[in-house]
Amino acid sequence: MVFDSSAFFETLFSSTFLIPALTTLGITFVAMALAIMLGFGGALAALSRYRGLRWLAQGYLGFFRGVPVLVQIVFWYNALPVLTDNAINLPALIAGTIALGLNEGAYMTEIIRSGLISVDPGQREAARALGMTKAKAMRRIVMPQALKVIIPPTGNQFIAMLKTTSLLFAIAVPEIFSTGTNIYSQNFKYFEVLFVVSIWYLALTALLTGLQKLIERRFVIRPRRNTPILAQEHG
Amino acid sequence: MPLVEINNVHKRFGELEVLKGVSLDVEAGEVVVLLGASGSGKTTLLRCINHLETIHDGEIKVAGELVGYTRGKDGKLREEKDAITSAKRARIGMVFQRFNLFAHLTVLENVTEAPVQVLRVPLAEARSRALDLLASVGLKDKAGYYPHELSGGQQQRVAIARALAMEPRLMLFDEPTSALDPELVGEVLETMRRLAASGMTMIVVTHEMSFAREVADRVIMMADGQVIEEGPPAQLFSAPSHPRTKAFLARIL
Ligand SMILES: Nc1ncnc2c1ncn2[C@@H]1O[C@H](COP(=O)(O)OP(=O)(O)OP(=O)(O)O)[C@@H](O)[C@H]1O
Ligand SMILES: [Mg+2]
Repeated sequence: MVFDSSAFFETLFSSTFLIPALTTLGITFVAMALAIMLGFGGALAALSRYRGLRWLAQGYLGFFRGVPVLVQIVFWYNALPVLTDNAINLPALIAGTIALGLNEGAYMTEIIRSGLISVDPGQREAARALGMTKAKAMRRIVMPQALKVIIPPTGNQFIAMLKTTSLLFAIAVPEIFSTGTNIYSQNFKYFEVLFVVSIWYLALTALLTGLQKLIERRFVIRPRRNTPILAQEHG
Repeated sequence: MPLVEINNVHKRFGELEVLKGVSLDVEAGEVVVLLGASGSGKTTLLRCINHLETIHDGEIKVAGELVGYTRGKDGKLREEKDAITSAKRARIGMVFQRFNLFAHLTVLENVTEAPVQVLRVPLAEARSRALDLLASVGLKDKAGYYPHELSGGQQQRVAIARALAMEPRLMLFDEPTSALDPELVGEVLETMRRLAASGMTMIVVTHEMSFAREVADRVIMMADGQVIEEGPPAQLFSAPSHPRTKAFLARIL
């Protein structure tokens, strides 16, 4: 095999991938934000005492987990305009982000649901007995404890999403991978270009992993007793 | 007017009727102990009083107000808005068998959380009051600890302080000592004894007969979802009239 190192370094240090990398990151964050919101809604619906809402959550989950995400992406970009007589005709970037977010929302529903049910029901009962409304008990007591269970797998999903954005090359969103495909279809340096593409993904993954560590340190690690000022003052 | 008025309350879980027409009045300042075999409906009755459970018939009033319901023009009870029920519940303290301290909050935060979040007490004020309450249950030096760092008895005393921080007019205790190691029971009972002496209205489910005998004004015996006998502890313990009370006491004493 001939490794064209000059083509490799030229591609690696060119600014061509800068904007695509930002695009990839942007899609990842927006899609995940959408997914997390949907996930909260989905989890609350799945745990609702109303059967209709539970069915809705179940249907959402079943559908979006069951259909390949690539099919969903192409649906949002290509099929929806046809279906709606061009009434809905989204730019590729938006169609792709929505498709990824909706699909991911199904997984986030499951992650958040399992976080919520991991909290001892006695916690909610105690909050309710103290006069908190359902919403306040959820926000102040249940959710902070559920987050410890929700955050680690959500970090994984973030990183998975970063890489799944590469599927958007199918609808020509200018993210990292499709930028790479454009380059190698002109210079035929498949290996060198894919190598650079991989380096970009690795770098962004490392970035997200670092972010995940920071967030976990803040929320997930069990708080240790902070030699309390109060106990010193009054103890 | 009694502080708590329970009138012909019926409660079902699916097909199973757990409360079959319970009536009971509790006067302000009174300490009532609920006795009864497992499954007789003691916990369910307590949970109906602060509307953690719905009821199917009858009514429960605390301080003259229905909890969890409003009476419609047709005379039927209708579930009331969560925010309104919550505000009423805020004045009814509840202590659980398994403590249920908020695991993610320190002892101090456990006690200040509801006053600040529900009653909108300023944080500084809530803190100083919480520290007083913790002092009164002997746990001021544990203010910065997390619940899992405390013994069961300490956790239960914090739970009592947490309930008292809402300045309740009624306290409900559901077997507050039955999850505790025997040597830790005394400290919790002592805290409850002092609370009773301070004039708090209390409804206590417990199998601690010494507590019932010494602290209760009245003992209520439940069986199969009904009150079968009641009276002052001296009378009920020495001369029970209902055969099921006799059998129950023979087993437990
Ligand atoms: N959430 C529920 N769903 C279905 N059945 C329930 C529920 N809670 C209680 N029950 C049933 O209602 C009956 C009364 O229960 P309850 O907990 O009130 O009894 P208890 O007198 O407190 O008993 P124990 O001394 O064991 O605590 C039992 O048969 C119990 O199985
Ligand atoms: Mg019980």
